[in-house]
Amino acid sequence: MIHKSILDALQKIVGKQHLLTQKEDMLTYSYDAAVLDPVMPAAAVIPENATQLGEIIALCHENHIPVTVRGSGTNLSGGTIPRTSGIVVLTGRMNRIIEINEADMYAVVEPGVVTATLAAEVEKLGLFYPPDPGSMAVSTIGGNVAENAGGLRGLKYGVTKDYVMGLQFFDAKGNYIKTGSRTVKCATGYNITGLMVGSEGTLGVLDQVILKLIPAPKARQAMVAVYDTIEQASETVAGIISARIVPATLEILDNFTIRAVEDFSKAGLPKDAAALLLIEVDGHPAVVAEEAEQVKALCLKMGARSIDRAKDDAQRDRIWAARRAALSALAQLKPTLVLEDATVPRSRIPDMVRALQEIGRKYKIDIGTFGHAGDGNLHPTILTDRRNKEEFHRVEQAIEEIFDTALAMGGTLSGEHGTGIAKAPFLEKEAGYSSILFSRQLRAALDPRNILNPGKITGV
Amino acid sequence: MAGMKELATLVKELEEQLVTCIRCGMCQSVCPLFEQTRKEADVARGKLALLTGLMDNIFTDPDGVNERLNRCLLCGSCAANCPSGVNVVEIFIKARAILAEYKGLSPAKKLIFRQLLANPGRFDAMVEWAGRFQGLFTKPSADAQGTSCARLISPLLANRHFMPLSTTPFHKTLPKKGYTSTGSGLRAAFFTGCLIDKIFPNVAKASLKVLSHHKVGVIIPPGQGCCGIPSLASGDRDSFTRLVDHNLALFEKEPFDVLVTACATCTSTIKKLWPTVYKNPSDVIQQKLRVLAEKTMDINQFLVDRVGIDSLKNFSDPAGSDPGPDIVTYHDPCHLKKSLGVAEQPRQVISAAGCQLKEMTGSDKCCGMGGSFNIYHYDLSSTIGTIKRENIEKTGCTTVSTGCPACMMQISDMLGKAGSSIKVRHPMEIYASRLEKNTP
Repeated sequence: MIHKSILDALQKIVGKQHLLTQKEDMLTYSYDAAVLDPVMPAAAVIPENATQLGEIIALCHENHIPVTVRGSGTNLSGGTIPRTSGIVVLTGRMNRIIEINEADMYAVVEPGVVTATLAAEVEKLGLFYPPDPGSMAVSTIGGNVAENAGGLRGLKYGVTKDYVMGLQFFDAKGNYIKTGSRTVKCATGYNITGLMVGSEGTLGVLDQVILKLIPAPKARQAMVAVYDTIEQASETVAGIISARIVPATLEILDNFTIRAVEDFSKAGLPKDAAALLLIEVDGHPAVVAEEAEQVKALCLKMGARSIDRAKDDAQRDRIWAARRAALSALAQLKPTLVLEDATVPRSRIPDMVRALQEIGRKYKIDIGTFGHAGDGNLHPTILTDRRNKEEFHRVEQAIEEIFDTALAMGGTLSGEHGTGIAKAPFLEKEAGYSSILFSRQLRAALDPRNILNPGKITGV
Repeated sequence: MAGMKELATLVKELEEQLVTCIRCGMCQSVCPLFEQTRKEADVARGKLALLTGLMDNIFTDPDGVNERLNRCLLCGSCAANCPSGVNVVEIFIKARAILAEYKGLSPAKKLIFRQLLANPGRFDAMVEWAGRFQGLFTKPSADAQGTSCARLISPLLANRHFMPLSTTPFHKTLPKKGYTSTGSGLRAAFFTGCLIDKIFPNVAKASLKVLSHHKVGVIIPPGQGCCGIPSLASGDRDSFTRLVDHNLALFEKEPFDVLVTACATCTSTIKKLWPTVYKNPSDVIQQKLRVLAEKTMDINQFLVDRVGIDSLKNFSDPAGSDPGPDIVTYHDPCHLKKSLGVAEQPRQVISAAGCQLKEMTGSDKCCGMGGSFNIYHYDLSSTIGTIKRENIEKTGCTTVSTGCPACMMQISDMLGKAGSSIKVRHPMEIYASRLEKNTP
């Protein structure tokens, strides 16, 4: 698999304790949160600093050894599933927050910093790091950057790519590359930072990330609107956007999801409702009050049965607890859960919701739909049992139809989960062959030995 | 190894529970061990994958999986936070049993579990003699927690400040035929538990005082055994089942409304593991175990939810020279909060005793004890325990309270080593001591 002399060299770099080779440990680095077959690597290393990291990459380049970097292994597209001949580089020990600069509003962090840890540290200073992927309690900044992770606040605040000001990373040969800066503006060189975000470890291995911070909003108002038809709810989403209101969060839950959440958490949700919209506006207190009124009026005009405003933080927390419970509640229903994230232009949300219901019926499978309606990023969640081959085949067909539907509406295969292995075969449908060829040429030029997370995105 | 296929078949018993893990990885955010090591094999997701690996028969021997499976505090933080509701603790306990049965217990464990623990009479006698002679081997360390440290250098004890065995275990203070008191309403059976009986008899005495104050009738059948969790944690399901049989028979003799314990771990074991892990129960036994589990309650929960308590008035200090209420911080035992959802009641007991409660950061973070984890992985256990100690100290409290004698041991060890003057008390001790002060 991997020559002993290379293992010895790796051990020399990181120390005996931080080189793992036993089969048991390899099994634990063979998967991530995507529903895909596991692949065991030949070794895993846990470097502590940039020097060690650089030496590992150079060694792998010299010996043609594939490298897959892994943070918390929570991604949903197979981006951290390694090669059998390759090694896994774990970022767990490179988890320092190097600097939080209040005057210039940026943070410099190592890739292994947990997203929620950074968000909490920044909040203590009255600052705000908005990207909040569902896995933020465990996901790492390195992983968020590599996958261009999104979250509930994408609609108003954007996603990870909107907060990466600069990066320092090792290229495939182990050279140290600096890109971007600590300044708000930066017009030198190629926008390599932009290229690196979402590159899933195929173009370089991150050492440091400079993140933009913003002032925390002064006020916020959360609301829940209840609907008797899902069409009315999705029309409301389109209505709010076209009224030029941009809520921080605008989430939808369908009836299937509502029932699952209520059975699971007894939060007091109306189980007979066809859909719920969970809405939060934030910003200056006067603007928040005005927008909340407008949103309320709009919801009622579009046919909401009722709309309730959170009266205090405790009520607000309950609303978002219900949303956060969605995936958990659905996950309890069946052994296998396939979480999709095909995304459409937001005005097409009503069409997409209808199409998803149709697809569920056509393939006779359970699909719970919830998600970031406000930015067009729904999460059709398919519940199945992977051991049931016949049903899983229908699931795969349904997924392909979801992809086709989203693309036909001018959408994308993935709003926030990335391409990885799971969507690589479908990328051509979205981008066309020449853009895949372009990407492959780019990779071949930067990584001639194809050691950086091979197989992801471009399929080779 | 030829038998690996057979082992795979045995692990298949867990398949329906194993498949519920969707590998989301959320357990990484709460696992006290993973926080220290950041290795996937140390967190629930990794261990569940390893068991799936055994089931798929991909290993040549079971030792690697067994070793990793035992690196776990069984604190249940993962299960309490699992989106998919994977019953992690039950799976790990059953898996340890399957592996131990397949591999055979080590001779030392066989001696402890089969010859001693599973024979309550013999165990009590041995511990009693050990208690009389322990002064020869240890020296008391003059600290607020009342711990001892080893006189002779022992690799097993290292520099632990362990709680000395009581010279008189609790059961020795009771009549030979057991203890019975009449009350005016509810009747409680009291399950003592090994650690309280042999190391913290004061907790049991305090519990009796409190129950009697509230006019609860109490029965304590003689000859009680261990709840079985030490055997189970080492995979010895046979000894566990024998202990359950023994205890079940004892508590059948007289009627009672509630089975109370002052030990979080015993409560959780009786409620969660007796009905699920008992080996091949008959329908009758199964039904008895379910009924008993339903009737079992933590003593704090019993007092607050069933008996009802008011704040105790401070009669002891009419002259007003009282230095003010004790500042108490409360540590949530994993087996109370995460396993049984009991968190508010012990705090109410402490407040009712007139103490000022001051929350620590991470009050529900595991103390790092984890039963035998503390013995086999003392360094890791201490690192986790040190975080707990620092959080306790930062509150500026005079006393730390917790509803589990195992946590009390670990916290005493941590505070003792650091030379802290903070006392470690069970909520029942705090409450009983207020009752005492109020009695002229």
